[in-house]
Amino acid sequence: MSKEWPLWEIFIRSQHGLSHKHVGSLHAPDAVMAMNHARDVYTRRNEGVSIWVVPAAQIVASSPSDKGELFEPANSKVYRHPTFFPMPDGVKNI
Amino acid sequence: MQDDKFQWLLRCGDNALILSQRLSAWCGKGPALEEDMAVTNVALDLLGQARLWLSFAGECEGSGRDEDQLAYLRDVQDFRNLLLVEQPNGHFGDTLARQFYFDTWHYYLLTALCQSADAQVAAIAEKSLKEVSYHLRRSGDLIVRLGDGTAESHARMQASVDNLWMYCGEMWSPDALDLAMAQQGVAPDLASLYAPWLDHVRRMFEAATLRLPDPAAWMQSGGKQGQHSEHLGFLLAEMQFLQRAYPGAQW
Repeated sequence: MSKEWPLWEIFIRSQHGLSHKHVGSLHAPDAVMAMNHARDVYTRRNEGVSIWVVPAAQIVASSPSDKGELFEPANSKVYRHPTFFPMPDGVKNI
Repeated sequence: MQDDKFQWLLRCGDNALILSQRLSAWCGKGPALEEDMAVTNVALDLLGQARLWLSFAGECEGSGRDEDQLAYLRDVQDFRNLLLVEQPNGHFGDTLARQFYFDTWHYYLLTALCQSADAQVAAIAEKSLKEVSYHLRRSGDLIVRLGDGTAESHARMQASVDNLWMYCGEMWSPDALDLAMAQQGVAPDLASLYAPWLDHVRRMFEAATLRLPDPAAWMQSGGKQGQHSEHLGFLLAEMQFLQRAYPGAQW
């Protein structure tokens, strides 16, 4: 068994209504300490109203070598962007 | 009497100040980056609290001393902190044992001080209690982990809690000043903090598989009255160096 504590990814929601955002990672032996550490390392400057801690090992990531087939087909499909629609005045957070 | 209140406020402020200074020495030397940050956060919380208490103490004294003068220009015998908080950091388990004993008491003290007849005392207590609730949660959690960890961590944690036990009596043994403040409704009867303190320590030690030291054991005293262990002088020599070498120096 490795003596290193496992890695956790930390997500913080800065305001109600916004989504959790990845802020970084840290090491901790379990979820309770990961939460305490996240509080101590990432919310020192009043950043958050909610914290998620996720074991990094549980995250399934796309492979950089797959980027051609995953992302390039979207390059030529500009019509998928909603930029062709006029937005009513006063609409925020879009 | 105003002088009583000044002396009593020094006790509150000095506990926070001296423990903060002790914890600050872990900065950059914690056993893991995350623990390093956590200990430093606690040190900063306590420093903030010390400023509030000492500023108010200075006001009550009424001779124009501010928080900085009280922190940097008093000598050992004028400090009124508990012997517990001036004890050396030792290894991380020693630091945690000291912290856990203090946090538990601090939590119950501040909870009671929120009801103080003195509005300013109640306000400082209320602000500090949120921070201290987290300190207590954290130090208790780590005591359980180390006590109920490996054979080595258990043995070290047991030695740490045993060694510091004799400095705990001061926390709940009132002297004439404590009694006077209780009479005025400024502070709680210190003896009333003993039962909840012991109860919490006992429960956490059970979870940590640690043996509770003998509550009837002989206890050290004197810190609150200014009779300190030799450690405090060395701590102050470092903390007060700048103001002593360059009097009046400012940022």
